Amino acid sequence: MAEEILKLDRLTKTYGNLKAVNQLSFSIEKGNVYGILGPNGSGKSTTLGMVLNVINPTLGEFRWFESNMPTHDALKKIGAIIENPNFYPNMSAYENLKLVCKIKELDEKNIDEKLEIVGLLDRKKDKFKQYSLGMKQRLAIASALLNDPEILILDEPTNGLDPAGIHQIRDIITKIANQGTTILLASHLLDEVEKICTHVVILREGKNLYTGRVDEMNATHGFIEVAADDENQLKTFLSSCEEVSEVRELPKGMFKALLSQPTEASTINKKAAQQNIFLNHLIKRKESLEDSFLEITK
Amino acid sequence: MLRLFNIEFYKFKRSKSAKVLSIIYFGLFAFIALFTSIRFNFGAVDFRVAEQGIFNFPYIWHFNAYFLAILKIFLAIVIVSLMSSEYTNRTLKQNLIDGLSKWEFIQSKFSMVVALSLVSTLVYFIISLILGLIFSDFTEPSIIFSDLEYVGAYFVKLIGFFSLCMFLGILVKRSAFALGFLFLVWVLEGLIRLGINFQAQSLDFLKQFLPLQSMSNLIVEPVTKLDAISSAANQLNPEFEKDYSVPVISVVTVLVWTAFFVFGSYKLLQKRDL
Repeated sequence: MAEEILKLDRLTKTYGNLKAVNQLSFSIEKGNVYGILGPNGSGKSTTLGMVLNVINPTLGEFRWFESNMPTHDALKKIGAIIENPNFYPNMSAYENLKLVCKIKELDEKNIDEKLEIVGLLDRKKDKFKQYSLGMKQRLAIASALLNDPEILILDEPTNGLDPAGIHQIRDIITKIANQGTTILLASHLLDEVEKICTHVVILREGKNLYTGRVDEMNATHGFIEVAADDENQLKTFLSSCEEVSEVRELPKGMFKALLSQPTEASTINKKAAQQNIFLNHLIKRKESLEDSFLEITK
Repeated sequence: MLRLFNIEFYKFKRSKSAKVLSIIYFGLFAFIALFTSIRFNFGAVDFRVAEQGIFNFPYIWHFNAYFLAILKIFLAIVIVSLMSSEYTNRTLKQNLIDGLSKWEFIQSKFSMVVALSLVSTLVYFIISLILGLIFSDFTEPSIIFSDLEYVGAYFVKLIGFFSLCMFLGILVKRSAFALGFLFLVWVLEGLIRLGINFQAQSLDFLKQFLPLQSMSNLIVEPVTKLDAISSAANQLNPEFEKDYSVPVISVVTVLVWTAFFVFGSYKLLQKRDL
């Protein structure tokens, strides 16, 4: 079994009557890219706040690196950015990172290298307060990378950024993920998670609805969308196919056929042709994360 | 501990308001020293503050400790703003995420409190020594280095006061409000003292345990101790006698309050979700 980086055990946080996080358990293994998915207010940030030592759990516990080291020591081995980037406004980017090095007890020689990764090296002497939001967010990533972290935790890293900024951040994250760094990414943007993550944890109202691989979320074999001139004939044909488990009518004379076994689109095409049905539309698809997500959180 | 002080000093050096206020503070120190040594010469009036006997050893230790301590409010603003800006910039949260523990955070802030008190005490000591060496009628080492209890009292007074400021900075999170709160504490203590004076004289002993009162009791006002004034007072009231020494009970009380403020700050921070 892979090395365990973080384990949550029935972690709970209540604010008055509100259960922000409710008996949440899951574990993070080394080398994977995790997405914590959930609508706004589902407890993503509260969960991260608890494991990052800024929010006191009401009940339950968590453990870093399969050890009993104090949380603040464990945090020196991780990199995290939460919500908005928080730095000292009057210090330059370089000075801010130097302070982080002092706190994490790191050598300062890494600073330039990390600023290079996020493309801020030529602006390193500018004060933090002069940065745009995108630059602030990139500086936060550089700061989180300073210690070559065992795990990088990102909470809504693209929140509030313009499309170019979002693209830059995603590129950086993908690059980091490709180097084998474990990542935990909280987001409510499904396509973001789908593009980057290998695993997901789905939360709703503080409860864990699903934990596992992204591609296992939809255990089905996908579906095909087909259309032909003669709709009735097509429908009868689809219903008779052994590969098809269910046929649904879509608008514009199209049909959606759920597959019950691994099937290539060409197989369907060939069978249809043998029965003199000529398709003018055929697409095979996997259910998107969005479909699965909506299915799970229904 | 040195690491924690380094972290705090690094922040201090790069905080504009902290730097400016500290410069004003120590500038005022020097200015007052200079001012009192100026000779005022208005025709018939030839007056020099320094020659009124206030800079005689060992009286100068007492005199300067009392009056220079009033300026501590400038450094109090520095302390409060160093505390509360961590909240307003949310850098406290970032510090914790970066791996500083809450207790380490308080320790680093308190190390700054001690450092500023120490520097202020040192400057007070040096300025008094210089002024004394220039103007004092007595410069024998045995006289110069007598009554140094006031130096210790000055140090304890600053540490106690700045710890209170640190505590208030954490409690209310905004520097302006924290200073307002400090004023409120002062007013409240005044009301309590008034209440005791008029309604509950049997509780009189409690007054000395109030935080600001205990700090103020550390250094008794030095004015009536001045030769000219005390002889006048003696003529008016031959029974006039006052204890000018540093009360041990006040030292202990202030130190207990200091411990309370430091641990109180920690407990506040520990209980809070950021």
